[in-house]
Amino acid sequence: MKETHTPALDVLGQRNLELGPFLDGGQSACPWIHWKLRADEDGIVWLLLDKKGTSTNTLSEDVLTELDEALAKIEQDRPRGLVIRSAKQSGFIAGADINEFRGLTDPTKIEALIARGHAVLDRLDRLPLPTVAVIHGFCLGGGLEVALACDHRVAIDDASFGFPEVMLGLHPGLGGTVRLTRLVNPVQAMTLMLTGKTQRARAAKSLGIIDSVTQERHVRGAVKAAVEASLKSHRPGILVGLLNSAPARALLAPRMRRETERKAPQKFYPAPHALIDLWAEHGGSAAAMQKAEISSFAQLLVTETAQNLVRVFFLRNNLKSLASGTWAGTRIHVIGAGAMGGDIAAWCAWHGFTVSLADMKAEPIGGAIKRAGDLYAKIGRDNHRRIRDSLDRLIPDLRGEGVTSADLIIEAVPETLGLKQKVYAGIEPKMKANAILATNTSSIPLEQLREGLKRPERAIGMHFFNPVSRMELVEIVSHDKVADDVQSAAHAFLGKIDRLVAPVKSAPGFLVNRALTPYLLEAMVMLDQGMKKETIDKAAEDFGMPMGPIELADQVGLDICLHVAETLRASLKREMPAPPQWLKDKVAKGELGKKSGKGLYEWKDGHAVKFHDGGSPPPDTTDRLILPMLDVCVTCLREGVVADEEIVDGAMIFATGFAPFRGGPMHYARARGVDDVSQTLTRLSSVYGARFQPDPGWIEMK
Amino acid sequence: MQCGRPLLLRQQFAPDAFDQVILGCVNVIADEMNPARVAALRLGMGEAMTAFTVQINCGSGMQSIDTAYRYIREGAMDLVLAGGAESLSHAPLVFNHSAVEWYARMFGARNIWARLVALLGVRPSFFKPVIGLERGLTDPITDLNMGQTAELVAHLFHISRRQADEYAAESQRRLATAQKEGWLAGEVEPLFAHDGTVFDHDDGVRPDSTADSLAKLKPAFERPWGKVTAGNSSQITDGASWVVLASEGAVKKHRLQPKAVILDSEWSALDPSIMGLGPVLCSTEILKRQKYALADIELWELNEAFAAQVLGCLAAWEDDEFCKKTLGLSGAAGTIPRDRLNVDGGAIGIGHPVGASGNRIVLHLINAMHRLGLKRGIATECIGGGQGGAMLIEAV
Repeated sequence: MKETHTPALDVLGQRNLELGPFLDGGQSACPWIHWKLRADEDGIVWLLLDKKGTSTNTLSEDVLTELDEALAKIEQDRPRGLVIRSAKQSGFIAGADINEFRGLTDPTKIEALIARGHAVLDRLDRLPLPTVAVIHGFCLGGGLEVALACDHRVAIDDASFGFPEVMLGLHPGLGGTVRLTRLVNPVQAMTLMLTGKTQRARAAKSLGIIDSVTQERHVRGAVKAAVEASLKSHRPGILVGLLNSAPARALLAPRMRRETERKAPQKFYPAPHALIDLWAEHGGSAAAMQKAEISSFAQLLVTETAQNLVRVFFLRNNLKSLASGTWAGTRIHVIGAGAMGGDIAAWCAWHGFTVSLADMKAEPIGGAIKRAGDLYAKIGRDNHRRIRDSLDRLIPDLRGEGVTSADLIIEAVPETLGLKQKVYAGIEPKMKANAILATNTSSIPLEQLREGLKRPERAIGMHFFNPVSRMELVEIVSHDKVADDVQSAAHAFLGKIDRLVAPVKSAPGFLVNRALTPYLLEAMVMLDQGMKKETIDKAAEDFGMPMGPIELADQVGLDICLHVAETLRASLKREMPAPPQWLKDKVAKGELGKKSGKGLYEWKDGHAVKFHDGGSPPPDTTDRLILPMLDVCVTCLREGVVADEEIVDGAMIFATGFAPFRGGPMHYARARGVDDVSQTLTRLSSVYGARFQPDPGWIEMK
Repeated sequence: MQCGRPLLLRQQFAPDAFDQVILGCVNVIADEMNPARVAALRLGMGEAMTAFTVQINCGSGMQSIDTAYRYIREGAMDLVLAGGAESLSHAPLVFNHSAVEWYARMFGARNIWARLVALLGVRPSFFKPVIGLERGLTDPITDLNMGQTAELVAHLFHISRRQADEYAAESQRRLATAQKEGWLAGEVEPLFAHDGTVFDHDDGVRPDSTADSLAKLKPAFERPWGKVTAGNSSQITDGASWVVLASEGAVKKHRLQPKAVILDSEWSALDPSIMGLGPVLCSTEILKRQKYALADIELWELNEAFAAQVLGCLAAWEDDEFCKKTLGLSGAAGTIPRDRLNVDGGAIGIGHPVGASGNRIVLHLINAMHRLGLKRGIATECIGGGQGGAMLIEAV
């Protein structure tokens, strides 16, 4: 073994970020909290943002106020040029401080606030000297607006750009709609803002958002070139002017509206439509568009949708903060190379872990390797080295030899108690002393699984959702014997693989499956009552669910739905409709849904074949589907399966896509009125059956 | 990678516990210079892992073991990963020398006139690629390719076409049996391709071969009267092999369970035109030094570059004059019984990935000795260019 100290690049890597005159301990010339200012030996002023008390830069009010002061000073001093960059390793600027968006109700006050922000960025834009933004890492929302207010933009290759405001029920509010549509092709600019997607540095350069992509070691050269006007900068071409003209906007806007309506219906998501209106009406005049942007933004911010989506942002942060902590583990062993196990292994390898993937047979492992390669090609885009390294770290392990060196073992074998216990008995003697045994079980209680383990305190549940790469939520299922270090390690591990955590206690179905089951079963009852599947699904989609229960059942797999339903009926006291015989027949016949091409729907090319749009569902249909979900959530809160409503809301949104603009099931219930909900449930139970009886927990909800 | 990962996975110590990685590889491609280091990094052995690649043609995979053995014996290292790898399917097509000069003139042209003049100098013959593999398997001193040296050995020791075909058919049968009986489990690891295909055995094996069916093949290297065919020669293939070598201290420290001990090794050289006899020279040196008779070696792995070449080696040990004059023995060394030689087949069925074979036959010798309850064995191979390498191994 080689004698080693701290690896060389770890020591030197700290020096890589080019901070100009601040290297070698140069101090700021001004006493601000968040910003540092200093001139370099070429007479160029460097203005660095290092927001106090956080590892991520955001544009809060005080940050903007200090920026205003800095700009005043620069106007006075008239240096040769100005460089704006972030001093934080994490990235440039992640956007506005969303905390400041919460609970605002008066559009006039908001307008005044936003107008002040505009004034600062306009001042930056108007500075009579060359300004260049140097961007590394994320440059989103307000951060991108700051960069757009500069004359030049230089990006490091790891930079990413985007306007995610639409995800919060808003659109850019600090001049981004104006500046971007006048800098680059407005159709592409609008697409970027309407989708909220991020672009990597190279793509952003092709679009014209940035002028140059380089590395930290060339930043000083790029900055000098920008100031001396020798940097080849992007200039908006003639096409930009043409596409912003009135006839062009008249032609393009209706198309944009149609596309947007399909993905984000206006009645639920007003923001993208407001953005299209903004551009369609005012795209010809920068001044008019800027004014209109301010009032449009203010109007949107006070809508229920925006406030709910802001809430969702914080719910997500909450679940993200639950996925944190420190854990020193590096090696993972996954048992079971099926759809879940294989994909979990692939995801972990992508995030830097060495993963051994075990299965009884070689073919499932081969299939998992192929799916991993396909996944990496999609999410890795052109990052060949990461794709190669991830595939290197994903190790087929037919003999299960990786158990002995694993820090975490994830069991993902089929859902039978006997099989799982047999697997545990085989591996427990070989596990490392401080290794963790996690199970991906979706319905078997931990108390049963841990029987027979000599050290049940090392066992914990980690319930992933399908497909692993897209469903961010993982339920951590604890039981009364779990060790503290196992619990905290599970949280930390999930943070390292970039997941959101919902801590739940062991109980049948945990939270998500337990809540979804009545949703799915009620749909089957409706089918038996003669309703068409398209109509049932429409009722749910009209509420705002991303897909209806019939489509969801096919997506999850009818075999899994049946298994979960039967398990829950057997172990819960709750009244639930019995899974119909035809469902069992379908499963027996192999008509399992999307994965076998046919289930309740026929599936072609990954889409369900629907014969009509569903028409008008009868009254009560939506309530029959949605309210039992809320009821189960209340039960879980009452039984202490989940600690609080925010976790319930977050988990349901991120695991099932529960209408996000409604803020989550509990938030919706409160907004609608707890009494209204429980009274409706009582009425439904008298008409349709005892399964709608409201949980006693509703009384405490008031 | 595919070979190293399972090996490292089943060790009790972490991959960075090694002191060195040495890899034999003949056909190093430009995209992976010093493949030992590339492998070390990709296997997760840590940025501090030093690694180098060795090349002595077919002997490369054994040279890596020998070098590791000597470093450990000298006390400089305790734990070394020694392997061999070859991807003959990636052997490049090469431009001939005139074409390269022309291209350089094109590229070096400073203005459009010079470029035009250079362009006019192009000849169709420039575009006929040289098949790198062909050149690689031809000895530059004698201008004979490897198959031709086997023809010469067969001639000098009166090996017939029939004998070569019989040997080859038997070799295929032995390999097929070993695969079927699972005797290669734990030694040959399944390969998981990126498209999801799983290769769990070497598919070059032809279990249905008979001497009669092989007799139908045309000579591969010297027509029309040659004796060496594609069916009684080793296959040109890709492959990799790794072994872990440890000092006594490392065995104690990591609580390892060694499979064998290296007692001795030797490299010899002779005229390149009869390179196939290399094994006879180096193995005999070991026998003399250790004071063993041929019969004292319980198991042999003698790389099957060509059936005729293996048979030529056996005949050389039975040849009184050759043993006295060239090997310095008092008379013919003796006969190696066929049931102690290449008992599970060899390169004829499983392939000869040039840089890997030397490593593979050492490993297989050890595993076969364990299976058969034997103690003392020699792994030896001939080397293109006129050399031979041998290792004396004791199973523990």
